[in-house]
Formats: sequence, structure tokens, C-alpha cells
Amino acid sequence: MTLSVRVIPCLDVDAGRVVKGVNFENLRDAGDPVELAHRYNRAGADELTFLDVTASSADRETTYDVVTRTAEEVFIPLTVGGGIRSPKDVDRLLRTGADKVSINTAAVSRPEVINEIVGRFGNQVLVLSLDARRSEATESGFEVTTHGGRTGTGIDALAWCRDAADRGVGEILLNSIDADGTRDGFDTEMISAVRAVTRVPLIASGGAGVPAHFPPAIAAGADAVLAASMFHFGPDDMIAQVKDAIRSAGYPVR
Amino acid sequence: MTGKPDVVVLDYGSGNIHSAVRALERAGADVTLTKDTDAVLNASGLVVPGVGAFAAVMSALREIDGPRWIGRRIAGSRPVLGICVGHQVMFDRGVEHGIPAEGLGEWPGEVTALPEDAVVPHMGWNTVRPPEDSVLFDGLKDERFYFVHSYAVQSWDFDQSIESMNPPKVTWSHHGTDFIAAVENGPLSATQFHPEKSGDAGMQLLRNWILSL
Repeated sequence: MTLSVRVIPCLDVDAGRVVKGVNFENLRDAGDPVELAHRYNRAGADELTFLDVTASSADRETTYDVVTRTAEEVFIPLTVGGGIRSPKDVDRLLRTGADKVSINTAAVSRPEVINEIVGRFGNQVLVLSLDARRSEATESGFEVTTHGGRTGTGIDALAWCRDAADRGVGEILLNSIDADGTRDGFDTEMISAVRAVTRVPLIASGGAGVPAHFPPAIAAGADAVLAASMFHFGPDDMIAQVKDAIRSAGYPVR
Repeated sequence: MTGKPDVVVLDYGSGNIHSAVRALERAGADVTLTKDTDAVLNASGLVVPGVGAFAAVMSALREIDGPRWIGRRIAGSRPVLGICVGHQVMFDRGVEHGIPAEGLGEWPGEVTALPEDAVVPHMGWNTVRPPEDSVLFDGLKDERFYFVHSYAVQSWDFDQSIESMNPPKVTWSHHGTDFIAAVENGPLSATQFHPEKSGDAGMQLLRNWILSL
């Protein structure tokens, strides 16, 4: 294996500002996504993800502006998710400067939108973002949820990953609702279960608390790892610490 | 006049090209995004970006007479840099979903699917193996570059036996199989990865290309 494991910080952006706060020293404006993007780039992030949690469409314009300013200044891949419902939304974001977009609820409600997006822009632009939880409601024991994990759908998460990959998503971002926020580590069983049913790149998310949590997620089959608060609130060299842990476990990092 | 080399990024409707424009500016070029014939033919350097399907990129290029411009520039020793699918179309043909599409044919070879047992798309930062005398990779021997693709050229079929010619410099990478990550051949260079998304290493590669103009 020569491809390195990607370490991806995720920023929640609301009306052009980072929500959930960030605990860095020496930042002029810790709420400015562009400044944070710079900082994570310098700290060794392999990619960046913006999750647009903006409620109103008027505020969404400010998100486009943030994406453009980031893409003009930070030369690593940028994924933007949140509120994407159609190829038109994807077109807008790609023109704005995003390299990839992630789709979640809209794809659950209408899976055909995956075919429409990849048919027009290619599969490399589309990330299926999936919030899954353990549940007895499905055959595999993993269920797709929407609304940040609050609403169960009864859809089997493994069947959904297979279906979405067949429809052409270029990547799957698997977020464990059970592990999310616990800081107890990734749900490695769920990662290996999803890895077993698809060959598209898999990004693991949810549960990271310390650098030692990352190698098991990679051993379970993740090609990339994503985290938010651990990077936002951790020491300034947390990305380097995570990469050291991954490297020490025998996996390549950049 | 800025004194910087002028570079045109070919504007033919290919996805996200803003980063390419900004990265080339940052690397020291005076950049224009255009499909104006005179500008495309006369620029010190032409960048041909490209994302998505091989056949779609070729037909979009044909719509603006791109193949003729690129051919004319190469015939006149004017530098051209292809990126990603802009690299792939420099070869004879691409075969996606079993359907062959004709490429620009500047180099022999076929763009085919990466092996079934690899994670595809090949997405992320990978190592490359440039030859010693590479200009693009000068000072970048141990760096990683950002790739996003499902198809690649997996053999180099160029006849390098003719002694009087300056042989093309081929850089390889590996994902499931060996594939061509970059080619430098007189005025024509191309990279399968995205230098404009490859951080400091990508920036240095673009600078190396701009300095050669």
C-alpha cells in the first residue's frame, strides 16, 4: 500500500462562521473558516470538509463565499456538505470552488439523485455521507438515520452503501451515531462491515478521542479518518500526533 | 506587462478550475482563463485541465477546436501541461465502461480501468517515481501528490529506441498496479494527479513548469 491514510478535519459552518467554536491559540479570528483552513493546512491536514449547517438560503450565499475564499488560498482538496439536493446545487458548489460535495438526507429520500449527479459531474465529486447506528430494525444490525441521527429510517446501512456505490458515489463517509461525541473510539465493527460490501474509498467518522483511536479504524478498513472536536479543541499539533499514531501502527501518512 | 510568464488555462467547461488558476498564479504565472484562439495559441504555456469522463472531456475539447490548438502548439514547441483527464486525453484512446473513445494521440497507449481488487476511485496522496533528470519533479523526489481517478495508462508503449530523439521522461505511481503518473516530452507535459490540489509539493511542481517556459 503506497496511498497514504488521509486525515481530515471537519468544520461546521453556519452563515459563513464556524459554529461549535475552536480552541486555538494565535488565531486572529477562530470563527473564520478560511483562517482555520489555513491553519489545518499548515498543520498537515490532507483534505478539509466544510459541513454547511446554515438554515436559510440567504445565509447560504455566505457559505459559497467562504468556499471560494478557501479554494483560492488553500491548495488541498475541499469537500462541502449540507443542503445538497440536486445536480444544480452540486454545479453551484463546484463552480464556487469545492472539489467534492457530500450528500446525505436528499440521497436517502431520493436515491436517483446520486445517478443524476455522477452522470453529470463524474463519480469523483460525490461523497455519500451516512449517519448510521446499531439497531435491531435491520438485517445487518446497522440502520441509516437522518436529521443528525435523531430519525431512524428502517433502511439497512449495508444495503444502502451497496446501492449508493452501484449508483456511482465516489466515496463513503461513514459516521457512527452511537460513537459520535463519546470520544471512546470509532465503531470498528461497523467500519469493517461497510468495508466488506463496497470497494469505494471509506472515510470513518465518529468517536475519535485520542490519537490511539485511529489505527484500529484503519485496520478495520477505513481509507481516511475524519474528526471535528478532537482537532478543534485539542493541542495545535493534534493532526501531527494522529499521523504519528497511524505511522507507528505501520500505515503510510503524508 | 508583469514580466511573469503568461499562462492560459483552457476554458472549455471543465469542472472546478478556479484552484488551477489560483495555484498557477501563486506559483508565479500571469494566468488567463479563456478559449480565445489567439490567446490559446500565443500564451507561453497552456494548461489543459479535465475532470469526469474521458469521452465527455474529448467532445468538450472538440467543441472549441481544442485538439487542433493543442496539436499546433506542440508542433511549434510551445509548452502544454495536461492535468488529470487532461493528461489522459494526450494518449491514443480511453476505454470507460468497455466503450473506447479516441484521444489526442500525442502518445501511444490506452487509458483503462484500474484493477478490480483496488479501492476505486484511487483517491488521495500517493508517492511517485520520477526519473533522475525530471524537470517537473526537481527537488520533489520523496513528496506525495493528490490523485483522484478510476482509469489510468498502465503501460508505456513509446518507441524509445530511436537514439537521436530526446526520450520522454516517464514518472510512475502504483495503485493495484503500476500506472503513469506524469510524462515530460519536449513541449508536452502531463500529470495524472492534481498539482493544484497537492499542497506545497504541487505548488513547487507548477513553479518548476512555469520556470521552464
